Amino acid sequence: MNTSELARRDKFQFSMLLNDKRYRSYTFQFFALFILICAMAYLGKNLLENLAAAGLNISYSFLGEPSGYDINQRLIEYNSQSTHLRASIVGVLNTLLVAFLGCIAATFFGVTAGILRLSNNWIVAKLMMIYVEIFRNVPVLIWILIIHSVFLAFLPQPKAFRGENPEATMLWDAFAFTGRGFYIPKPVFNDGSLIVIITFILSIIGVFAFRYYARQKLYSEGKLLETRWTSVAIFFIPTILIYFALGNPITLEYPELKGFNFKGGIHARGSLISLWFALSIYTGAFIAEVVRAGIQSVDKGQSEAAGALGMRPNFIMNLVILPQALRVIVPPLISFYLNITKNSSLALAVGYMDITGTLGGITLNQTGRAIEAVLLLMLFYLVISLSISAIMNVYNRSIMLKER
Amino acid sequence: MAEKLKLEVSDEIAIKVESMNKWFGSFHVLRDIDLTVNRGERIVVCGPSGSGKSTLIRCINALEEHQTGQIIVDGTELTSDIKNIDRIRSEVGMVFQHFNLFPHLSILENCTLAPIWVRKIPKKDAEETAMHFLEKVKIPEQADKYPGQLSGGQQQRVAIARSLCMRPRIMLFDEPTSALDPEMIKEVLDTMIELAEDGMTMICVTHEMGFARQVANRVIFMDDGQIVEQNEPEKFFKNPQSDRTKLFLSQILGH
Amino acid sequence: MSGDNNSFVRKEMISERIPPAAERGLVKWVRENLFSSAFNTIMTLVSLWFIYSLVVAAAPWFLNGIWDAETVRECYDLLDGKSGACFAVLNERFPQLIYGFKYPSSEYWRPNLASVLLLVALAPILFRKLPRRLLAFSAVYPFLAFWLIWGGSILTSVSAFLGCVIAIVCYSRFSSRSFAIAVLISLIAANVWWIIGGYIVDLNDSVLALKDVPSRDLGGFMLNLLLGTIAVCLSIPLGIALALGRQSDMPIIKWICVFFIEFIRGVPLITLLFVANVILAFFFPPGTSLDLILRVLIMMTFFNAAYIAEVVRGGLAALSKGQYEAADSIGLDYTQSMRFIILPQALKISIPGIVNVSVGMLKDTTLVSIISMFDLVGMIRGPILSSTDWNGVYWELFGAAAAIFFVICFSVSKYSQWLERQLETDRR
Repeated sequence: MNTSELARRDKFQFSMLLNDKRYRSYTFQFFALFILICAMAYLGKNLLENLAAAGLNISYSFLGEPSGYDINQRLIEYNSQSTHLRASIVGVLNTLLVAFLGCIAATFFGVTAGILRLSNNWIVAKLMMIYVEIFRNVPVLIWILIIHSVFLAFLPQPKAFRGENPEATMLWDAFAFTGRGFYIPKPVFNDGSLIVIITFILSIIGVFAFRYYARQKLYSEGKLLETRWTSVAIFFIPTILIYFALGNPITLEYPELKGFNFKGGIHARGSLISLWFALSIYTGAFIAEVVRAGIQSVDKGQSEAAGALGMRPNFIMNLVILPQALRVIVPPLISFYLNITKNSSLALAVGYMDITGTLGGITLNQTGRAIEAVLLLMLFYLVISLSISAIMNVYNRSIMLKER
Repeated sequence: MAEKLKLEVSDEIAIKVESMNKWFGSFHVLRDIDLTVNRGERIVVCGPSGSGKSTLIRCINALEEHQTGQIIVDGTELTSDIKNIDRIRSEVGMVFQHFNLFPHLSILENCTLAPIWVRKIPKKDAEETAMHFLEKVKIPEQADKYPGQLSGGQQQRVAIARSLCMRPRIMLFDEPTSALDPEMIKEVLDTMIELAEDGMTMICVTHEMGFARQVANRVIFMDDGQIVEQNEPEKFFKNPQSDRTKLFLSQILGH
Repeated sequence: MSGDNNSFVRKEMISERIPPAAERGLVKWVRENLFSSAFNTIMTLVSLWFIYSLVVAAAPWFLNGIWDAETVRECYDLLDGKSGACFAVLNERFPQLIYGFKYPSSEYWRPNLASVLLLVALAPILFRKLPRRLLAFSAVYPFLAFWLIWGGSILTSVSAFLGCVIAIVCYSRFSSRSFAIAVLISLIAANVWWIIGGYIVDLNDSVLALKDVPSRDLGGFMLNLLLGTIAVCLSIPLGIALALGRQSDMPIIKWICVFFIEFIRGVPLITLLFVANVILAFFFPPGTSLDLILRVLIMMTFFNAAYIAEVVRGGLAALSKGQYEAADSIGLDYTQSMRFIILPQALKISIPGIVNVSVGMLKDTTLVSIISMFDLVGMIRGPILSSTDWNGVYWELFGAAAAIFFVICFSVSKYSQWLERQLETDRR
């Protein structure tokens, strides 16, 4: 009797549902699905009953109604007659603004601190270690509150800039750092400014093109061109030349002290500045550790082998160490960028109107539409998180080291 | 056992080490080293672990700094002057115990990296040289693979080819077969024997005594950071003079 | 002696010598570490200047601090124009910072005792060298602590504890037959007991009763610690289950777990706390009202579990496939191979990650201040700073809060590093 005959002889029995490997997983999943559906039905039923009892329903029509509140820090036009939807959009833009600024500053702090941590200089390495340990071990909310009060305590009020001998002066007569926020010059784009901008973009492309050309020249003829100062020249000179040739098409509107306040220029409020700084310096401490671990993860033998072949330190760093270190550094770096975006929701603590403050804060309180608002809020963050994760997966797959 | 290689040794001095001392912190790791290596000589350095043999050859290509004494390689003295160090490193090749291939570059790129960026050789010429040496170590077909895809023995042979692409006049080997599985040791040793036949000056730290018998002009035994005994292989193995040498040989050759 | 092609034998060994003067001692260390190059020298000088200015600015503030005053006005009067800190706020408001402002002061000994016993209960888990019998206390501790902090009759805790004991006993009797049946029977038995026990407790609710303290009276740092510890303990088993589910072969289980994990990890904790605050109540049967603390705990447990699931998933992936195959080949079924072979190894690898996530959770408990709960940060921003006595005393209060968290988080991370080193040596 062979196996296939045995299999055919087996009649289906109910105990097979549990014991036979073929049916077991189906049974299990069937039960899991059943329990899940029951649970969701139960929760859904409760939800509907509670909503009915409170006289509420689920509707997003509140988004079209006028909001009735002002938002002082905004990137687009908005007033208290605008709809809640527009308020949410202002919130979204504010979140993206502080997240973007935060990511840049945090990377700067983190990479600097990480590299300095590995320095030969004992004092510098220890100072950086103290920075990292202090900032990592205290909740970010407390840092936001501390930095916000530092801000308010140490920076002068606008009225301190008044008078013959003011207590505080503007930097270069253009920047004013006050407790109410930073006042910086606002670029005004006149005729011809588009050409300057296009030139600038072209010069950035030009830098990359030049470096590519220099590498090809090394490969083909063996001549190593000087790239550092030439790149700087390509970056700055064309744009500056065109700017002056066209007669300064981009001017600056300077903030000026009128009465008790500054008028003109861009006003970056204290809440934005302190939230940005707190998020950057907090996440920077984590990034520093990741950078340090990444560089140390490259086996010492790699730099020894490259050195034994006669390569100079900066070549060793650029061609051998950094490519390998970046593989280890970039994935957690991207998840820290995600953390900055999510932590920006703590803007509530300092009164910065990001999306949690508008949609999840004032809009929610005023309209009472808690379920709709919170769902929309979570959807926003989910979209950002999932997009960034997708990008990270693509990156990981493309740089994976080929192994057996 | 293979036949002993009979090769010419010139009178020109390749490496001269005089009264060299090195400390790691307060630990006196190399003590009063005196060594002269002529061009074409093949030297095997052996000794118990911790005797300083790896440190010695790492001092010769400035991977480690020595505190007192002189090291003169190819007429250039090794000081903290970077230009001297660079010149010496391009004349001296080194093969490591753990291969240290660059995992993010292909085999061919591993071999052409230094010639392109240090010697400024055009890419096409560097690739030709690389293929020539990859053929010499008998793995030209692996040129486009990555180190992670090769076996240990193949990786070590690539490491040898990579060093040869810089056309060194002296090769240093730091326990090149210690990290390999037994069946791959032979392929690497064969490659090293061929190198010796081509007249390369070699200093090799190794426990492979068969290799020493076949190839070496001189075997040096080190213990406690100093050179204890050195002699021609035949005399060294048949008639060790010092007690420490006898003890070491009995441990190595006993199994 | 030079070694040409002559042979050479050393007669007397060279003994060790000390390095030359310029190469040893403090001088060398300073030269290499601080002044080895021009750039390094500049950095050293800049850092020294930085440290100096920091000390000069901060020292008087600290040293002139007033520890004994009733209001901030009094502090300023006592300081008489000098710069100094008003530490008196910490002195006067210390109980509020730690216990919240509603917990009855006569009962402070209860949370104090509970925290000390927490350390005792954690000790055998954290340090494997201690006698294993102490684990019995760790098992009893949750129920004991509940009674200590919330009060009420001790019978509630006893009955809950006995229910768990019954569940475990039933499980172990039937587990050899079938995992599913054992779980079912133990759940039924425990629930039956708890229903019965509920009646018994109601009738005897003054037995060994401590003063009842409702959940909304909990506050201060005690609240942070409470939320953090409970959320971490509950989320670890949930996280392990999610991780196992995520790498399961059964698509439905896998996708449920993936959806849950990715959803939770994609949103900030504050939105989940909003859910706890305003939305969660809608999902419970009409008429029931759950404590805010309980709702917050539920969301925090879910939050932490998703992150722990990712850590454990990494640990499971780090195990070689050979372990799974070996477990299968000696005839263990799924639960047995998980319980005896896979999970012990995977969890060992994941422990540092789990500790990191848990420290993060403790720090995140401060977010409840945003939904108007009076934890440590909520107390500072709320009752203390807005009281007329202490208006404006930011630095001392936030600094103290930062210091408290720093001490605990830093110690935990040092423990985690120590543990990693211990586990490293184990594996060799």
